[in-house]
Amino acid sequence: MTLRPDLKLIAAMVPEGARVLDLGCGDGALLAWLATHRGVRGYGIEIDESQITRCIARGVSVLERDIDEGLSDFPTDGFDVVVMAETLQAVRKPGTVLEHMLRIAPRSIVTFPNFGHWRCRLELASAGRMPIARHLPHAWHDTPNIHLCTFADFEALCAERSLTIYDRKVVNAHYESTWAMNHWPNLFGTIAVYGLSRPGA
Amino acid sequence: MAEAAPSDQHSVGLVTAESADFSGPFPLASGESLPAYTLVYECYGALNADRSNALLICHALSGHHHAAGYYDLEDPKPGWWDTAIGPGKAIDTNRFFVVALNNLGGCHGSTGPTSTNPATGRPYGPDFPTVTVPDWVNAQAALADRLGIERWAAVVGGSLGGMQALQWALSYPDRVGATVAIASTPRLSAQNIAFNEIARQAITADPDFREGRYLEAGVVPTAGLRLARMLGHVTYQSDDGLREKFGRAVRTGDLDILQDVQFQVESYLQYQGKSFSRRFDANTYLLMTRALDYFDPARAHGDDLVATFAAMKAKLLFISFTTDWRFPSARSREMALAALRAGREVSYVDVDAAQGHDAFLLPVPRYLEVLGTYLRGLEPRP
Repeated sequence: MTLRPDLKLIAAMVPEGARVLDLGCGDGALLAWLATHRGVRGYGIEIDESQITRCIARGVSVLERDIDEGLSDFPTDGFDVVVMAETLQAVRKPGTVLEHMLRIAPRSIVTFPNFGHWRCRLELASAGRMPIARHLPHAWHDTPNIHLCTFADFEALCAERSLTIYDRKVVNAHYESTWAMNHWPNLFGTIAVYGLSRPGA
Repeated sequence: MAEAAPSDQHSVGLVTAESADFSGPFPLASGESLPAYTLVYECYGALNADRSNALLICHALSGHHHAAGYYDLEDPKPGWWDTAIGPGKAIDTNRFFVVALNNLGGCHGSTGPTSTNPATGRPYGPDFPTVTVPDWVNAQAALADRLGIERWAAVVGGSLGGMQALQWALSYPDRVGATVAIASTPRLSAQNIAFNEIARQAITADPDFREGRYLEAGVVPTAGLRLARMLGHVTYQSDDGLREKFGRAVRTGDLDILQDVQFQVESYLQYQGKSFSRRFDANTYLLMTRALDYFDPARAHGDDLVATFAAMKAKLLFISFTTDWRFPSARSREMALAALRAGREVSYVDVDAAQGHDAFLLPVPRYLEVLGTYLRGLEPRP
């Protein structure tokens, strides 16, 4: 089983045997891989019916629910790591979700597309239209992505909520890292994988 | 009208009920015991060589052992869960050896209030001891022993049947691989108990009830049973479901306020009540609703659902239906989260269906797909 490149980046940050909660787990590929290769006991949260069936088909524990309805009934420190891949931009209150994630587990791994990428900036500046790109494929009126942000925006939010960024990997649409995006991530990076921990941790 | 002919390739076809006699005494949770008892059951599919593919079906309030297939070629209707059980269906009899039984206290052949009390030579009637969900599970375990089934690949049930599936994982943690609880609840709400009590009052207030000794008097409290069933039936349906089915349609032409039955929904309920009162025993109805009321496995675990699920070993699947207001989605969601907190392998699916609580008996595509997908993943060797 080969893992999608973005999930591979996440998987590399999950310790052996960790208890993992995956918010917006999709078809359960990450959790299935982590269970097989890392001895991880994980649970997925998903809202899409066909994705849920795929999770069940591969034996991944999945709970149908809407992240926007809240996470307050998940226990504090009930997990070691909470993962949210490409989902942050689709939730109604990203700040609240991030705070819950770091309540539920001491560490969180978050990925999202960068709206500050130079192509997005160029399209908005030159054509005056909302950008459509490989990592942002939806038209503005028909997108699940209601809270797009740039890496800089996200880091500002983390600073505001005193969330510690302990790791950051920035890649392009092919999930490769280049010299340029290491120097100017908010201009050249398309997707970032952030490792977050609690305030002061 | 037959829903599917017995020749249908997805039907288990013609089936026969079997019965097993057990010598007692069989101790009950109430402290009483039964001197001896009989369980009627049906089996579909074949038990594999290492006996690892057995699957138990637990029935709800009005169910019984005839869960699938037909008794003869003239049979107008298949078993009560034929939508889910059969070759290639969600509960696939090509993979699983499926066992369904009539619970203790039932009125379809297993020992119950209509059976003869060996101490008196007359029907048990109201003297049949109180039975609980754990008692049912103990009797089911005796049947499993008789059939040579050490461990069920899965125990599956809807509503009250889901409670038995959960109880199995608690009472016999080493004998259950997976528990599937559909449209179920870890305990009844005050509202649920209230509805049950109204149903019981309807039965006991019927002059023909004769304090439960109606059989000896040669009468049946049909009016009470009818009311109880009509009330129950409304709680099994959703507002939307009833609206879709009947709306405010009247039976004939215009409204005539001198007529007794005006709306389609009235005649439907009356039909449901009448047919139920012909085939169901009043004392069994009282006993089954009591068993529902008493079910509360968390009580023995300090009212802590997490501790309750921690005492299990089975993996779990919960399925609820969005319009079920009898055992609403929130109850299944609560159980799923408690199971997660207890570290159980658990999945939960909330199926969008208009039919209310009754959806668990109906061919709702997503529901049957999820159930089938889950059971296929249990990997018993056919």
